[in-house]
Amino acid sequence: MSETGGNTLKAEARSLSFYYGDYKALKEISLPVHDRKITALIGPSGCGKSTFLRCFNRMHDLYPGNRYDGEIILHPDDVNILSPKVDPIEVRMRISMVFQKPNPFPKSIFENVAYGLRVRGVSKRSTLEGKVEQALRDAALWNEAKDRLHDLAFNLSGGQQQRLCIARALAIDPELVLFDEPTSALDPIATASIEELMLELKEKVTILIVTHNMQQAARVSDHTAFLYLGEVIEFNETKKIFTNPDKSQTEDYITGRFG
Amino acid sequence: MNQPNINEMRGLIARHKRWDIIFAIVGLVCLLVGILTLLALFGQLVAEGLPRLKPGFFISFPSRSAEEAGILSAWVGTTLVMLVTALAAVPLGVASAIYLEEYAPKNWLTAVIEINVTNLAGVPSIVYGLLALGLFVYQLDLGQSILSAGLTLALLILPVVIVATREALRAVPGSIREAAYALGATRWQMVSNHVLPYSQGGIMTGVIIGLSRAIGETAPIITIGALTFIAFLPHPPVTGEFPYLSFAWLKDPFTVMPIQMFNWTSRPEEAFQHNAAAAGVVLLGMTLLMNGVAIWLRYRIRKRIKW
Ligand SMILES: Nc1ncnc2c1ncn2[C@@H]1O[C@H](COP(=O)(O)OP(=O)(O)OP(=O)(O)O)[C@@H](O)[C@H]1O
Ligand SMILES: [Mg+2]
Repeated sequence: MSETGGNTLKAEARSLSFYYGDYKALKEISLPVHDRKITALIGPSGCGKSTFLRCFNRMHDLYPGNRYDGEIILHPDDVNILSPKVDPIEVRMRISMVFQKPNPFPKSIFENVAYGLRVRGVSKRSTLEGKVEQALRDAALWNEAKDRLHDLAFNLSGGQQQRLCIARALAIDPELVLFDEPTSALDPIATASIEELMLELKEKVTILIVTHNMQQAARVSDHTAFLYLGEVIEFNETKKIFTNPDKSQTEDYITGRFG
Repeated sequence: MNQPNINEMRGLIARHKRWDIIFAIVGLVCLLVGILTLLALFGQLVAEGLPRLKPGFFISFPSRSAEEAGILSAWVGTTLVMLVTALAAVPLGVASAIYLEEYAPKNWLTAVIEINVTNLAGVPSIVYGLLALGLFVYQLDLGQSILSAGLTLALLILPVVIVATREALRAVPGSIREAAYALGATRWQMVSNHVLPYSQGGIMTGVIIGLSRAIGETAPIITIGALTFIAFLPHPPVTGEFPYLSFAWLKDPFTVMPIQMFNWTSRPEEAFQHNAAAAGVVLLGMTLLMNGVAIWLRYRIRKRIKW
């Protein structure tokens, strides 16, 4: 197994292909995701970053006509989460996701964060309260939200809403969190706070993030994969990718010379 | 650009803008024709009926003498029939809509069902009356009762409720559905915890639009045999002794507001025409009240939910 620098792996895509109907959006992708590290996916628009990310929580199962080929192995129990024998709900209970645009439920802040726990059958008030507080602290929203837990989530600012969505994704103690361009709808200050947050989070949880922002990938990630037309062109430690990439395509993209 | 060209352009714009003004005037006239006609009709109805709208009118049974006649049995009948209609149409319609929108596989069979549901909304109400006469009154032996009438009108408004509910469900954005699924929700959890509560406003609006249509229906109710002259009330739904609720009223004969009006308008005496007008005002009032509630509900829920 491709372990670099003695790091353990949290997950691993093995010659993963994905089809929207007849259209092959991912072509035999193999990629490791290191445990408690941040792995960034970069690449031009339409190269398949979101498609790849959404394989990890089986989001594609929601729409007809989609097909996976290949495997995504989740460690430590080495289960292939794409296997038809694995219930997608079980996968989503272990791997949570933060979307591009903040998408809080039109419920209170508390209920937003508690929802994942309720789905898991937690209904004891004290347990919920403890978990919600912890998740809001982890998402650096507790100080702003603690006095208005029962306010509507829509009353928060865009950046706060995105942190709420992060708290919602963290409350369920996920093993892996997927971020699909989590800061693209936010201003630089909110972006900085979420980047800082991710750096703190990786102590506890593995992160896979799609980003269009080269600086962001360079700042926060440990590993970076460059995708192009549904293929992984290059995968390596972020430092290496951004200072001395092996492939000229990668270099062209990073330096903005991509045509 | 040089001067003459600018002037030419201004002339062109002015000529084009003339059409804006012309259409604005034509549009306003068209609007006024519609609104003024309605207002005139309503005004006439009120002017004619107002003198009869005294408390006694609401608590009297119909009578041979126009001055003593009232709409007690009619408004009680209408209220009870509407109750049955709502209780039958809401669960059936909402459940069908949820199934079609959220569960049904997209294939030719569901496509056919969908087209038919939409078409059913256009079936003349008298046809529903005939269907109900055969099915509810004779086949199921429910009699010429409040229950039969309520179920008939429920069938009539079912397509309206289904279509409105589907639209309300569809208005819930995909990102909210994905958010719920991503947290591990099943389809039913997603629907019952999110989509359904968030689309309440639209669903209730649809139900009330349906009920406003049903409240004025006359033909199907006559077809299944509502009485035109009825001088007693159905059994009370609430009783003094255990179990306090009684369902005997469901099988009682009844009349409804539009039938009472129809009955009065067919009398030769002038005084009965005033009674009919007064009943018309009450019926309109009931409809407006329902629509007002719909608007209020929508406003209340919109305030909470903005996508
Ligand atoms: N639902 C879909 N049905 C069919 N094709 C799709 C669908 N979603 C995406 N695609 C196609 O798959 C390819 C990859 O799309 P994807 O959304 O993964 O790109 P992306 O790298 O996330 O782009 P962006 O950076 O713009 O978000 C694109 O060519 C896109 O047109
Ligand atoms: Mg994308």
